[in-house]
Amino acid sequence: MSTTERQSAPVVPLWTPAVIPDGAPSKIDPPEGEDLITVNFGPNHPSTHGVLRLIVTLDGEVVVGLDADIGYVHTGFEKNFEQKTYWKGIPYSPRMDYLAFFANELAYVGAVEKLIEIEVPERAQWIRTLFAELNRIHSHLIFLGTSGVELGAISLFFYCLRERDTVLDLFEMVTGVRMHDRYPQFGGVAEDLPKGFYAEAKKFVNEMPQRIDEYLDLVAGNAVWEDRYRGIGVIDADTAIAMGLSGPNLRASGVPYDLRRAQPYLAYDKLEFDVITSDRGDAYERLMCRTREMYESVRIIDQCLEGMPSGPVMADDRKYVLPPRHELHTSMESLIHHFKLVTEGFRVKPAQIYYPVESPRGEFGCYLVSDGGTKPWRTHFRAPSFVSLQSTAMMAVNRYVADLIVVVASLDGVMGEADR
Amino acid sequence: MNAEELAAAVEGAVPGAVQAQEDGIDMPTLTIAREHLVDVCRLLRDSHGKNFLSAVSAVDFLGYGDEVAGYFGTESGRDINRTGSWGTPETVAAPAKRFAVVYHLAHVGDGPPERVRLQVLVDDGEAVPTVVPVWPTADWHEREQFDLMGIVFDGHPNLRRLIMPSDWDGHPLRKDYPIGGEPVQFTDAV
Repeated sequence: MSTTERQSAPVVPLWTPAVIPDGAPSKIDPPEGEDLITVNFGPNHPSTHGVLRLIVTLDGEVVVGLDADIGYVHTGFEKNFEQKTYWKGIPYSPRMDYLAFFANELAYVGAVEKLIEIEVPERAQWIRTLFAELNRIHSHLIFLGTSGVELGAISLFFYCLRERDTVLDLFEMVTGVRMHDRYPQFGGVAEDLPKGFYAEAKKFVNEMPQRIDEYLDLVAGNAVWEDRYRGIGVIDADTAIAMGLSGPNLRASGVPYDLRRAQPYLAYDKLEFDVITSDRGDAYERLMCRTREMYESVRIIDQCLEGMPSGPVMADDRKYVLPPRHELHTSMESLIHHFKLVTEGFRVKPAQIYYPVESPRGEFGCYLVSDGGTKPWRTHFRAPSFVSLQSTAMMAVNRYVADLIVVVASLDGVMGEADR
Repeated sequence: MNAEELAAAVEGAVPGAVQAQEDGIDMPTLTIAREHLVDVCRLLRDSHGKNFLSAVSAVDFLGYGDEVAGYFGTESGRDINRTGSWGTPETVAAPAKRFAVVYHLAHVGDGPPERVRLQVLVDDGEAVPTVVPVWPTADWHEREQFDLMGIVFDGHPNLRRLIMPSDWDGHPLRKDYPIGGEPVQFTDAV
């Protein structure tokens, strides 16, 4: 019995830049043809980083059609915010992008702070900057580790999680919890840095660059990584901007756009750091951009530790700020303020605001509409993962299904944030 | 560039487009007539460098400025939210129409992003022209607002639900969507 050899569809060569398809930009319609097979890639698949469902049409081993379906972890964050006083929204925000929890909190807290026009003390700004960068390292470590797992290389994952644990230890030392900390509050941060933090953080700052060197030894020039990541998912600068990519995904295509530099917030205008860019725009450069960004984050953390001004960490405006705990036992006014703030909340003038921060994944923005009451009228979050996953189809089409996994990994989507 | 200059520039190129202008807390805000939206977006992208669409949001103003909204517990647990404001002490004026579709634009490249906010006011059932041809990234943004807020985007190439299941009833982010209880899903599968 003879079998006929069936060839897969031809693949486009490496380094072919992605082209925005006609029709819906985030969807590739499969061509007419026989022997095409449509499979569900996900929602439960180890390499989808959560629950991303890709409806993939294959011709042999080649992706010829792709449609992404998200929403499997939709939890109604935005609706929930509308039912809570502003205060009670803070613990919700880090649970969206659970890897970049601190950046989410900063966006929400920053938006409300701008609406209520509260002055955040200098020291609190620096502490926030420090933790924003620790959080960036945390997120990039998970990205780097899992991008190895995607290729079947598990050892890098263990190294990355080791350093991630150190980062989380630092978080625990200051905030009491390892993730989802509710540490930034309207008007500052919850507590000052504890004794001993400086030494621990300094130890981390001194060690971390060598660790990143080690990762780069494992990744850069590694034949497996080179073969799998080079020339895959190429997107040029104009297409990347049109598709709304931001953060390392955009900077890997050669656009030096970083909100820490372009629209400075917190203490970033007082710090020295480089915006890491690359001009080749493929999956490998996106990986390297994130890895090299960790050096810059370490630099920023070091400057924060050395240059941290002294002073209060919380604004002194009892209309918005919870009174210190010890005052509740001695001061009637503090007790009243505490009671009013916790039960009723504070009023925010009717206005709308869009407050973006540079999360590890790109521009994370909080759009807030107030009606003058104690709860937000509408909150909407501009989630960078949500936006970047739109480009999956155009990057992965006409390449092997194995490259699809690399494309999804290199875009670094977090589904909790995409679905909200 | 403040809202007045921007409005003048837009009016000069697309007469009748700007319905209102405001220097917001964070960025100039223009209210654009629905039929001129795509022309204004093209103009801002091509002549004012707004090459980046940050987000498309939609706001439901049903009950905005009215008294006491919220959650009222009943035994049946259904349809127990009342639209209205969250106990605002002074009355705020609601916009002329129920929904606002809000576009946040930015310049991406060297230098500051110079953000601009456009908003289009629509009533329930009125369609907004799609901006996907101007910024392809609007694809999922518009699908999300269609899904969660029920805004119809005229000319969108693939206007389907994105977040909620495809057979879902209603639009959860609307103010009159019941928050106290919801029908149990997948009962037919038992």
